[in-house]
Amino acid sequence: MTNRVPLLEVRNISKYFGNVIALKDVSMTVYDSEVMCLLGDNGAGKSTLIKILSGVHKPSEGEYLVEGKPVDFDSPRDALDHGIATVYQDLAMIPLMSIARNFFLGSEPTKGWGPFRRFDIDFANRTARAEMAKMGIDIRDPSQPVGTLSGGERQSVAIARAVYFGAKVLILDEPTAALGVKQAGVVLRYIAQARARGLGVIFITHNPHHAYAVGDRFTILKRGRTFGTFTKDELSREEMVRMMSGADELDALSHELSEFARRDAAETARIDKELAQSLEEAEEIFEHDGSPEQKG
Amino acid sequence: MTSRTLPKTSDERLVEAGLLKRLLTRPELGALGGAILVWIIFAVIAGNRGFLTLQGTASYLEVSSYLGILAVAIALLMIGGEFDLSIGSMIGAAGATIAVLGSVFGVPLWLASLIALGVALLVGFVNGVMVIRTKLPSFIITLGSLFILRGLTIALTRIFTGRTQVGSLDQLEGYEVLRLLFGGSIPIGGANFPVSIVWWLAITAVATWVLMRTRFGNWIFSAGGNAEAARNVGVPVSRVKVTLFMATAAAAWLVATIQLTVVKSADTLRGTQQEFIAIIAAVIGGNLLTGGYGSAVGAALGALIFGMVRQGIVYAGIDADWFQVFLGAMLIVAVLVNNFIRDRAEKARR
Repeated sequence: MTNRVPLLEVRNISKYFGNVIALKDVSMTVYDSEVMCLLGDNGAGKSTLIKILSGVHKPSEGEYLVEGKPVDFDSPRDALDHGIATVYQDLAMIPLMSIARNFFLGSEPTKGWGPFRRFDIDFANRTARAEMAKMGIDIRDPSQPVGTLSGGERQSVAIARAVYFGAKVLILDEPTAALGVKQAGVVLRYIAQARARGLGVIFITHNPHHAYAVGDRFTILKRGRTFGTFTKDELSREEMVRMMSGADELDALSHELSEFARRDAAETARIDKELAQSLEEAEEIFEHDGSPEQKG
Repeated sequence: MTSRTLPKTSDERLVEAGLLKRLLTRPELGALGGAILVWIIFAVIAGNRGFLTLQGTASYLEVSSYLGILAVAIALLMIGGEFDLSIGSMIGAAGATIAVLGSVFGVPLWLASLIALGVALLVGFVNGVMVIRTKLPSFIITLGSLFILRGLTIALTRIFTGRTQVGSLDQLEGYEVLRLLFGGSIPIGGANFPVSIVWWLAITAVATWVLMRTRFGNWIFSAGGNAEAARNVGVPVSRVKVTLFMATAAAAWLVATIQLTVVKSADTLRGTQQEFIAIIAAVIGGNLLTGGYGSAVGAALGALIFGMVRQGIVYAGIDADWFQVFLGAMLIVAVLVNNFIRDRAEKARR
C-alpha cells in the first residue's frame, strides 16, 4: 500500500470559523479498493472535514491532493468533476422526484440538438433501472418518486448514481445513521460492493459496529484533531470505541451524573419547601385584600 | 382501486403501482376532475341560457386564457420553490409603459411593447436576484415589489400624461402590428375565438415540454424540491430561479400587451389582484405551495375552472358576488387534496 499513489490525500488540514478551531492538523489518505472509516463523536469535526473534501468549504491551512496533484475546489461540482462524489445522509435525494430524475439530476442525458435538445427520459429510466439492478435492487418502476423508497434504498440510489458517474472516491456521510438494523445492513453491503468495484470509500459514522464490519482502515477524530489512522489489525473494536468516546471520560461522566442525582434530590426538596411557603404567603395576601395587588 | 395490499414478504419493495394509483399521483388529476364537474354544473343550470353555445365557450375561454398565461408561469415558479406577488402590478406597469412611450414619446407601439418586455424582464431579474441575495422569502420580496411597481406606475403615468388611464391607442403608429399578433380572433362556426386562447395553449404546451422533457425542467423540480441537494449535484439553482422570475414577469407583460391591444387603452390599475387569482389557479392545478411538485397543464386547467365559473355565473344569472366565495372555497379544497396526494407520494418507509 505504501508505493501506491493515494486517490485522495489531505496533509495537515486545518479549518477555522472565526476564532473557532473546527479542524487542526488533520492528515488522511484514501486508496482505491478500500474503505476508510472516519470515526468520531458529534462535534469531532467529521462534517467539517467532509465538507472540505467535497468542495463545500475551503481549508484554512494544509494541502489537498487528488491522485497526487494538489487541488483547490471552488464548488461541489468541482469536486465531482475530479471524481469525488459525496452522498449526504438526508440531502442525497429529492423525495418528490422520480428515481430516474434523481439519478441523473445535474447530469441529465440529452438527445436532439438546438432548441429540440431534450432530456432523454427513456435512457434515464432504463439506465437507472440497470444500475440499480447491478447493486442488487430491482426497481420495477424508475418513474416512481424516491419518497416511496426506504431509507436504505435511497442511500443506495445515491451510491449507484455516484458509481455510474465515474466517482473514484465515494464519501458517505453517516449513511446508516437514520436506518434500522436491517436497512443499515443493506447499505453496508453496497459499501462493500463499491469497494469491490475499485472505488475508494470514505465512510463517516459514529457507529463502531458498522465501521468495523466493512472498514479496512480507521481514522479517528476527536475535538477537531486526529488520533491517527489504524488498520484493522492494529485496532480492536473495543479500543476503537474507547478512543472514539473516550472511556475515561465515560467513567468520569457516570460519576458526575450520580453526583448530580444526589445533589438534585436535596435541591428539589429545598425548592419544594420554598414554593409551598410562598404559596402560603400569597394566600394570606388574598385573604386580606380580596384581590391580588394591582398597581399602575 | 386496483391497488393491492402487498403480502409482507422478505422483499420490502413496492409492488408496481396500478394504473389508477399512478394516475392519482398526477398533480393535474384533481383539476381535471374539477373542470369536468364545473362544466357539467353550468351545463345543467345555464345550458339553455348560452353557456353551451360556441360564443359562450369562446367567452369563458377568453377569460381563462388571460389568467392561464399567468397561472402557467406562476406554476413553473412555484414548482421552482418561489412566489411572485408582483405580477399583477407588472401587468399595470407593462401596459402603462407601452401607452406612455407610444402616446407621449411617439415610439411606435410595437417597439414600445418590446421595450416594455425588456422592462418586465429586468423587473423579474431584480426580483430573482433580490430573493437569492437576501435569502428572504420571495413572498416578502415580491410583496414589496407589488407596491413599488404599482406606485411607480401610477406616479410616473400621472407625471407624463396627467391621468392614470391612456386611451385611443389604436390611433397610434405601430398598433396594427400588435393587433395582428395579439388582438385578432379566429372565427369558428359563427363565434369568435380570441387569439389569446392560442397564446394560452401554446404557453401551456411549451411549459409542459420544458418541465417534463428538458434538463431545465428537471432543475426546476429539484430547485423547489430541495435546493441544497440540487446544488450538491451541480444544479445552478440560483440561475434557474432568476430565469423563472423573469419568465413570470414576461407572462405578465404578454397579458398586458394582449389586453391593451384588445381594449385599445391602458389603465395603471389593471391586473390588480391577478397575482392571487393566478396562484389560486396554480394551486387548484395541483402545484404545491412548498414547491417541487406540480404541472403546467394543471395550472391551465385551474385557469379554465376559474374562467368557466366567472362566466358561468353570469350565464346562470347568479349574483356575481358569489364568485369570490367559490374561489376561496375552491382554494382550500384544492390544498387539502394536494396535501393528501403529496403525502402519498412522499411517504417514507424506513
